[in-house]
Amino acid sequence: MVSREKKLKRELNKRAKKFMKGDTVNTKNIKDKKTKAHVRYANVLADNAATDAALHEKWLLPSTPGAIEVEGDERTWRIKQDEIMKAVDINAARKAFDLSLPTLGPYSVDFTPNGRDLLIGGRKGHVAMIRWSDYKLVTEVQLKETVRDVKFLHNGQFFACAQRKYAYIYDNRGLEVHCLKDHTEVNRLEFLNHHFLLCTVGDQGVLRYQDTTHGKIIAQHRTKLGPCDAMRQNPTNAIIHLGHSNGTVTLWSPNMGHSLVKMLCHRGPVRSLAVDMTGRYMATCGADSQVKTWDVRMYKEVHSYYSAVPAVHVDISQRGMLGVGYGGRVQIWDQALSGPKAQAPYLNHQFRRGEIVRDFAFCPYDDAIGVGHSGGFSNLIVPGAGEPNYDSMIANPFETRNQRREQEVAQLMDKLPPEMIQLDPDGIGVVRAVPKEVQKERREKALEAEMAARRDKREANLEKTRMKGKNKTSKRYRKKQANVVDDKKLRARMLAEETKQKAAKARGEGGRATGGGAEGGGAMPAQTAGAASSAPVAPKDVSAALRRFYK
Amino acid sequence: MKIKAISRVEEDYTRECKADLLKVHRNLDPALRPLHRAKEYKRALNAVKLDKTFAKPFLGALEGHNDGITSLAKSPTHLSVVLSGAADGEIRLWDMTSRRSLRILYGHAGAVRGLSVTYDGRRCISCGDDGTIRLWPMPRAALSEMFSSGGSVIPRQHAKLVCDTKTGGALRDVDCHWGKETFATAGAAVEIWSEGRTEPAAQFSWGVDTVLSVRFNPVEPDVFASCGSDRSIALYDVRTQTPIRKLVMQTKSTKLSWNPMEAFNFTVANEDTNLYSFDMRKLTVATCIHKDFVSAVLDVDYSPTGREFVAGSYDRTVRIFDYNGGHSRDVYHLKRMQRVFCTRFSMDGTYVISGSDDMNVRVWKAKAGSQLGTLLPREKRAKQYRNALQERFKHMPEIKKIARHQHVPKAIHQAQKMRRTMEGAVRKKKANRVEHGAANAAVEEYMPARKERIVAEVE
Repeated sequence: MVSREKKLKRELNKRAKKFMKGDTVNTKNIKDKKTKAHVRYANVLADNAATDAALHEKWLLPSTPGAIEVEGDERTWRIKQDEIMKAVDINAARKAFDLSLPTLGPYSVDFTPNGRDLLIGGRKGHVAMIRWSDYKLVTEVQLKETVRDVKFLHNGQFFACAQRKYAYIYDNRGLEVHCLKDHTEVNRLEFLNHHFLLCTVGDQGVLRYQDTTHGKIIAQHRTKLGPCDAMRQNPTNAIIHLGHSNGTVTLWSPNMGHSLVKMLCHRGPVRSLAVDMTGRYMATCGADSQVKTWDVRMYKEVHSYYSAVPAVHVDISQRGMLGVGYGGRVQIWDQALSGPKAQAPYLNHQFRRGEIVRDFAFCPYDDAIGVGHSGGFSNLIVPGAGEPNYDSMIANPFETRNQRREQEVAQLMDKLPPEMIQLDPDGIGVVRAVPKEVQKERREKALEAEMAARRDKREANLEKTRMKGKNKTSKRYRKKQANVVDDKKLRARMLAEETKQKAAKARGEGGRATGGGAEGGGAMPAQTAGAASSAPVAPKDVSAALRRFYK
Repeated sequence: MKIKAISRVEEDYTRECKADLLKVHRNLDPALRPLHRAKEYKRALNAVKLDKTFAKPFLGALEGHNDGITSLAKSPTHLSVVLSGAADGEIRLWDMTSRRSLRILYGHAGAVRGLSVTYDGRRCISCGDDGTIRLWPMPRAALSEMFSSGGSVIPRQHAKLVCDTKTGGALRDVDCHWGKETFATAGAAVEIWSEGRTEPAAQFSWGVDTVLSVRFNPVEPDVFASCGSDRSIALYDVRTQTPIRKLVMQTKSTKLSWNPMEAFNFTVANEDTNLYSFDMRKLTVATCIHKDFVSAVLDVDYSPTGREFVAGSYDRTVRIFDYNGGHSRDVYHLKRMQRVFCTRFSMDGTYVISGSDDMNVRVWKAKAGSQLGTLLPREKRAKQYRNALQERFKHMPEIKKIARHQHVPKAIHQAQKMRRTMEGAVRKKKANRVEHGAANAAVEEYMPARKERIVAEVE
């Protein structure tokens, strides 16, 4: 029987795990008392903060995510948009609408990070920005040129367009602000929100990063993999994923001239890819009629789905729903990224005959997906796609003008330098252990240095043992004298021996109580030589050479 | 079939009228905050940069003296009262809030060397080169009353009580007891006086040398310490008739200050450009050496928090040190500021006062980048956040470099460079001696720096 309190505590701890930034540090092995106390205190603070956040999540979040509940034989993927419209409240139902623009399509779509504004760009040059929260047209321009992609910059004030030859930046009145002549024949645009970097890739297969605050090109990387038409950023670490026509997906940062990772994903061109909000999973679709999901931490395939027609576009919603578009159809898959392989789509939408899907995007913080197709633009309701609770300090769908301005200043203050883009986003401010290779190299170097020092010393010594001077007359005489045995020397040696023995004997008698065996043993032969009768009996294991000293 | 989709009615999420507060919704999910660590690092970097940008520590000068300032005193009971004594014998009483002098105290013939306010803040005691001790009642009138003469003429006040020293000769310092109406003077000897008497109650002397400074312990109020021109630091107890303990250093210590929160610790300002912190229970080794000055340190005073102290030097700078910091936290200097003879921390720990040779008393912020005035709760939280971030990333090279940077005048910069070279040479010489000397040369040469400058301890 577990008490209610314990249950609550357990649940809270479970929730708190999500909010922990890094692991708690083990203080057991810290020797320094002050450091230990500091670390312990930091642990407590982190723990408290996580628990508070968990409590906040449990009790104070105002809304719950959307969902479809079915009974009996009903299947979610059979439910049509008009049925959904009827079932949800009038405010939510307003979100499903169609813009019929059959002559200007197919359209590409983009939302601002707070989901307030919508940008659609028709292939034939029609670009429109719509305040999607109140369905108001903000601006509309006819560029009279092919528009390949559109993308909002840091907020709804500016957007970028990939046009026939160059990329351009427009403001929210539809006025051209910049023509980016360095970006030629661009197919895809991507904007790194935290770094203020506009990334483009196109027919030349060159990935370019341009800083939109000061306008300089930060990096240009030649992929050397031909024209590229699939690009997405990983929102957790701002790494750019590119999909190539040889079936590979490459990962790029502005700091490396070559790709960080190269994955072979498809047997054929990669059509589109998407990375989920947690940065763990990637979805790709290729011309080989496969839709695959990948674990980006291990670069391993998770699932592979087959589509009858090759999919042209994939996108992942905030809550991890996978949208797949092919032909005139958009499918939404729930829980398809990880876990057991999904068997059926969550939702299914078939457009009218002749309407071919080109691009779609999930609306942040809302249960909607905006689909750009050859017949114009359609907005569909996808219950459970968006994060129901927004954070006013991060992205506010209802922000006022002043809030937007303040947010812009805050964003600029927190703008991250491009050098900080790396695969591990938490690697900043962390002391990294010296890599094993470097350690080995250092060790070898140290060893080598020691060996060299020894060698030098040996050489120096060898020089000292040279033969020069050895053959002097005096030296030769002295050497000879060392081996001559004469009486004087012999007597002196015997005398020395005798005194030594006497001393040993005296010592032996004095230290008998302590049992000075070795010293006493040494004195034995002299004793027996004088008085054989008093010699002790030989022990059994004594050698033949010594036997004469015993009885 | 039940379907629920997000449906936000704008009216629920926005304010009704402009007078309302904007509604704020929080979602603390870390997934909404990618690159969080990098952002915090950037914020820490910005914070440390802003700290340096807004480091405008000089608040104002108190003008009025006609000679170099030789002594300063703060009142333990009134935050805004500061006294300053000049080399021409003039003492001024200042009101810090209005930065005006309220009184001029006349009486001393020579430079005023010591100034101290009694524990109850009612009287002030001064002594100087003329060998007299003067006792002044502190004015208790309201500010308006003081400016009754139109504010242009500062009321003058003459000495109420005069005692001549018994030993004769100039007096160098005076300090009041923290709980009794007694005070100690330093001159040819250390003398203890009671306020009502004209004769010293006790006299302590170690030898024939002049005593330069005397300070009562704020917690154990009968214990006090002195610095002498015989390079000594001595500890005394009022209750006994003899000094307790004495420490002789290689160079002269000029001033001394007790740490008010850990009152067994004190710091001395030394003429070898360093300050030394000692534990009075173990005088054989300094607890910390505070380096950075390039000329003799002339005064030191602890913050009431006991976490930092301010020191002034002959090299025309004022520096603030952490109580356990080997190098200064901040350095204050001005083009017109001359040799700093005296420095004080204000009793609330937010201001620093310095008196220098150029006849000005200067008021500084204790934290150069701090904002004066009341902070809104939001500002306060933002400040706490910035401080926490700085603390967290303080070891990162980019941040450390900015935080450690101190701009100093060219002359001091050059002197610092020269000192570094000299220290390097000494170090090298030592290393050479050890390398080529006898086996125990290392033991002889490498004495810990904290012990090196101490010559002897005398009981």
